[in-house]
Amino acid sequence: MYRYDEFDHRFVTDRVNQFRDQAQRRLAGQLTEDEFRPLRLMNGLYLQLHAYMLRIAIPYGTLNSRQMNRLADIAEKWDRGYGHLTTRQNIQFNWIKLEDTADILGSLAEVEMHAIQTSGNCVRNVTTDHWAGAAADELADPRPVAELLRQWSSLHPEFSYLPRKFKIAVTGAPNDRAAVKVHDIGLRMHLNDKNERCWEVIAGGGQGRTPIVGITVRDFLPEAELLAYLEAIMRVYNLYGRRDNKFKARIKILVHELGAEEFKRQVEAEYAKKGYTEVEVDQRELQRITSYFAPPKFANLSKWSPEFEQARLNDPGFARWVKVNVAPHRVQGYSIVNISLKPEGGIPGDITAEQMRVVAELALRFSFDELRVSHHQNLVLPHVERSSLYEIWKVLKSHGLATANLGFLGDIIACPGLDYCALATARSIPIAQGISRRFADIDKQEEIGPLKINISGCINACGHHHVGHIGILGLDKRGEEFYQITLGGSSSESASIGQIIGPGFAAEQVPEAIEKIINRYLELRHDRDETFLAAYRRLGAQPFKEALYASA
Amino acid sequence: MSEVEKGQILTANRLSDGDVVFLTSSGEWSLSVDDAVLASEPTAAKALEVRGKEAEAANVVTGAYLFDAERRDGRVRAVHIRERIRTLGPSVRLDLGKQADGSGGAFPAVHE
Repeated sequence: MYRYDEFDHRFVTDRVNQFRDQAQRRLAGQLTEDEFRPLRLMNGLYLQLHAYMLRIAIPYGTLNSRQMNRLADIAEKWDRGYGHLTTRQNIQFNWIKLEDTADILGSLAEVEMHAIQTSGNCVRNVTTDHWAGAAADELADPRPVAELLRQWSSLHPEFSYLPRKFKIAVTGAPNDRAAVKVHDIGLRMHLNDKNERCWEVIAGGGQGRTPIVGITVRDFLPEAELLAYLEAIMRVYNLYGRRDNKFKARIKILVHELGAEEFKRQVEAEYAKKGYTEVEVDQRELQRITSYFAPPKFANLSKWSPEFEQARLNDPGFARWVKVNVAPHRVQGYSIVNISLKPEGGIPGDITAEQMRVVAELALRFSFDELRVSHHQNLVLPHVERSSLYEIWKVLKSHGLATANLGFLGDIIACPGLDYCALATARSIPIAQGISRRFADIDKQEEIGPLKINISGCINACGHHHVGHIGILGLDKRGEEFYQITLGGSSSESASIGQIIGPGFAAEQVPEAIEKIINRYLELRHDRDETFLAAYRRLGAQPFKEALYASA
Repeated sequence: MSEVEKGQILTANRLSDGDVVFLTSSGEWSLSVDDAVLASEPTAAKALEVRGKEAEAANVVTGAYLFDAERRDGRVRAVHIRERIRTLGPSVRLDLGKQADGSGGAFPAVHE
């Protein structure tokens, strides 16, 4: 993975020192809250319902055991013993004190981490496929480009005060696990007929209060032009994005208001101006970055692992977990291990300090010291020998980390909601817990098959409800929580925005409503191979509406 | 029937650690909503707001605002669920926050 050079170290350390001084001046009364707020937000420090919240960047979701252990230290020393993994592959701590924050940032800097640009109207953490560098279907590891973009966008003077926040996602695989079509800019790698890497540039996607699937601005952009072309897009956005209205300030609104063709025309006109060739990606620099992401030294393993096959035969619990949570690796004899942070009735994405240490140790021993955070709020051990799977599973199981529900109904995305978040209008977590308990039977979940339930506690959609196959949005109706259900969303390569199915439900009615939808799906699907999403796309909303509202 | 007193309470987050605090009748900030002074008239509520601005200016608290509440038998119930959660802590982690350290409000977030 990427290692800081001297410049990176100095930059991050300087930033910690600046923040220490700013926080001290704030506590001493030399800075007002209005003066201080933008400074703390630039360092990921929010004020939430019960305390300050620190959002720490995990660039493209990649971290090593030392970093994970440091997060565990922070959880224990300065928080309440746990952290929350987010849908942007970051981690948040919920009980931070302002007076401790500079020390925490200093502690992070020691392990090459920070919280810069995890808030504010700037380019946020660049996200990617959590199986990057490991996935069997991947063309190439997208992380060198993600890192290039991170360096380019960090404190970029022109793009530090954008009309609104800006999120970039990158994928190197045809099966999109990075949701590139619902980001401000999404990049998707293709190979041209000369087998050279090109990038499909998608812009104007997003969720929030106005969910929109992005448009393809360029089909095959040569890699060397990537930064220059992104700069042209950002310039058009920076100039014409709606600074007058916060709710219309994202690039998706600009693209939507101009129309796809006019937006493309403006970007191309900007790009045709002089000077863009000067920001051509320096191939030596890209190679330097790429060398940090060189594949680990994989062993030459046999396809067949007798220990693994034996364990799978002997232990049905292990066999099920392998079937559901373990994915094929690009290298023979290796697997991708997905660690579900969605136990029955649990809080999606929450992980205790002890669990962090367990996972860090497993990464160090079995996965070339690499871990990933997925935007589904789970963890990944990307490079594991098949012969080690049983041992890993036993360790995970003894720490409540072996729930075999990846991609199933129980693998619910939920934002912190009104239990923690100052912006929320309703709670998300109890809804996730209620559904998880109602469908606790993993056999049943397996019978239902792939299903994404995403829950947000407000219209800002951190819980990605618009792209859930079943989305749930919590709102406030005269002081009471109520929940709107959408169906048919997807963040995959065939992205779609879910449609509201009908009137909303009170919190306690939601699990039953979900059950009615599922039961109707089970009645109507052709066979087990027809997923919920496929069935919904074939059938439309009507049968599900009938199931939900007919008897009411 | 117990008497129900309705009005508004001034709340904020403490600057140093962000903890939720409520203004008391003696002008102190308490961690417990039951200690809060309840302004039953608009003029009294305005006066609380002035105190809030002063405390903000003195860098004791940040983000002061009023919320609707009622006092029943000496215990305060916030009208809105958001404020009840602030008087308690997360409803999904009863081991954390005010509800765990003894300064929590008497009324649950939902369903009494």
